[in-house]
Amino acid sequence: MGNFNLEEFIGQDYQQGFFTTLDSDTVPSGLNEDVVRLISAKKNEPEFMREWRLKAYRHWLTLSEPRWSTVQYPPIDYQNICYYSAPRSSKDGPKSLDEVDPELLRTYEKLGVPLKERELLAGVAVDAVFDSVSVATTFKKKLAGLGIIFCSFSEAVQEHTELVRQYLGSVVPYTDNYFATLNSAVFSDGSFCYIPPGVRCPMELSTYFRINAKNTGQFERTLIIADKGSYVSYLEGCTAPMRDENQLHAAVVELIALEDAQIKYATVQNWYPGDKHGKGGIYNFVTKRGDCRGANSKISWTQVETGSAITWKYPSVILQGDNAVGEFRSVALTNHYQQADTGTKMLHLGRNTRSTIISKGISAGHGHNAYRGLVKVAKSAAGARNYTQCDSLLLGDKCAAHTFPYIVVKNPTARVEHEATTSRIGEDQLFYCQSRGIAAEDAVTMIVNGFCKEVFKELPMEFAVEAQKLLGVSLEGSIG
Amino acid sequence: MLDISNLHVSIDNKPILRGIDLTVKAGEVHAVMGPNGSGKSTLALVLAGRDNYAVTAGEVRYLGHDLLTLSPEERAREGVFLAFQYPVEIPGVANIYLLKAALNAQRLHRGEAELDAVDFLALVRDKLKFMGMDEALLYRPVNQGFSGGEKKRNEILQMAVMEPRLAILDETDSGLDIDALKVVADGIENMRSPQRALILVTHYQRLLNYIVPDRVHVLSQGRIALSGGPELALELEHRGYGWVDAGKDSRTGVMP
Repeated sequence: MGNFNLEEFIGQDYQQGFFTTLDSDTVPSGLNEDVVRLISAKKNEPEFMREWRLKAYRHWLTLSEPRWSTVQYPPIDYQNICYYSAPRSSKDGPKSLDEVDPELLRTYEKLGVPLKERELLAGVAVDAVFDSVSVATTFKKKLAGLGIIFCSFSEAVQEHTELVRQYLGSVVPYTDNYFATLNSAVFSDGSFCYIPPGVRCPMELSTYFRINAKNTGQFERTLIIADKGSYVSYLEGCTAPMRDENQLHAAVVELIALEDAQIKYATVQNWYPGDKHGKGGIYNFVTKRGDCRGANSKISWTQVETGSAITWKYPSVILQGDNAVGEFRSVALTNHYQQADTGTKMLHLGRNTRSTIISKGISAGHGHNAYRGLVKVAKSAAGARNYTQCDSLLLGDKCAAHTFPYIVVKNPTARVEHEATTSRIGEDQLFYCQSRGIAAEDAVTMIVNGFCKEVFKELPMEFAVEAQKLLGVSLEGSIG
Repeated sequence: MLDISNLHVSIDNKPILRGIDLTVKAGEVHAVMGPNGSGKSTLALVLAGRDNYAVTAGEVRYLGHDLLTLSPEERAREGVFLAFQYPVEIPGVANIYLLKAALNAQRLHRGEAELDAVDFLALVRDKLKFMGMDEALLYRPVNQGFSGGEKKRNEILQMAVMEPRLAILDETDSGLDIDALKVVADGIENMRSPQRALILVTHYQRLLNYIVPDRVHVLSQGRIALSGGPELALELEHRGYGWVDAGKDSRTGVMP
């Protein structure tokens, strides 16, 4: 009989694993105050920035790595990590795409992010972060006409110093947690975005992150400010080449939505997950937090996490303004020996604040998948509401799914709902599809996509397609 | 069209089918009846390619080919259809999406062009109407939240769309009220054609009031204990399955 082997099918290889040979401007590995100063000097930063980094570094020395999550990994040697690496050709800063290293552009093409095409066809302004320094920022002019600032973080520090000074660390302070503190000390680059009052950003803003150089941790930092009554939708994609060693990635993303503003932030994360036996892969320790600072503001996180050996990430929303809305939608897939401990925090402070959490965890192979979420309703948050739904899907019998919902309610008028399910892709479902002529690989993709539908429908169109493909690739060779 | 000879099937080393011989020609309708546990559903699932059954002996030829070497999806594309006794729910996957994927997989296999959404919808609407089904059902997740009757009708709808050469209907009549039974039976009867063979697996004879079979077979303890014309079903209805017991004496039946 033509038997379908689920084990074999989910044991496919990572397809983004190529390595680009570029001249890098790399600081020797190791971390001390001099390295922090060196990074700051290389970027020609103003004093406040350097001092902020140093304060963060000194605070970091007093901290120890968090151990409360389900993820397990050998100790990280922070002195064996290189904290700064920039492609040499970008030293003088490319003025246009023509000046971008063609090798780099080919890399993006392999990733399916042809900057030029996107620029022409899709209307996406891409701020590409390649090993720590932004190499190309498109569409700047058109955005500038509307008063929108979209540039690399380094550039923002130089050109929009006051905005950076005002908002940096205002959502995730440098004391926040071990990895965010490390990031604050050594962050290399990232994206910066400011939408002025009343402006609706006419295109999806997009960043593509990629870790390239050996032993470089990527510490990018993103800051997005939506001023009163503005709107922005932001997309972030990530991949990394295959390596035997584990690479550390500790990013920080801060979102600030003022009165009546709305920020949509979507991530498709496909860092190298390690091989079939759990060797190599990215350690992804990320702090993402949004602050609905003004009344009637709204922040939505949508994430599709298919990569990384370890994913440790909890995109959260602080609901300060009255009637503010926070949303978190997540698809996390773990295959082989991948581990994910991911979820969100919804902190209700303002009156009539609302939050929605939809989490879809898919575990295959020996994958471990945990949802960890905190819904906290403060005394001040009269009329707050939360709805949480956590669904887990298991493929095979060696994987695991866990759910850790924490709920703290201090206001009696709050309403908090939580639903959770765990199911297994049944032989029955598979056989049913097959008996209708649909190949097993396509059937699995179909069933998994069906499971994730509620999240995918929130992604911008082209990202939704990419996400579906990624799921397909992560589970098999191609999508049907 | 279908030639089953000396088919032995076990699950977990426990023999379920113990030497089935059955020949079904194009244009014929056969009813396979029998008490619970006699192996009716096993036979249906083995023909469709369910892989948790082990075929220990015998052979199944379909249109001259060895059916048992084909994967379930290959069988479906070659025109074998199984209407499930318990149709499976697939959350988040629209009914119409599965239907379209199924039909197009079959069309590609035959070297025909895939149908686009417009042509496909026109085709489905027709069949839907015949089955007395609401179009909204197309956009709901496969079988999720469907009533028992809706599930069974949906199976027949799939059959009507796939237009199989050999259809096996596993207890499609169970769990239906009289009105739903009539609709489902009409749907099946409508599929009767000189090019197509139907195997109705059923516990009761009531479906056979609407669809008169050419042959009736009674399974007992993994063997066909008795075969006959449509009147055999009526006789079973009167006398129960007790009088055909392969283990005691399989030769007492009336062979017409």
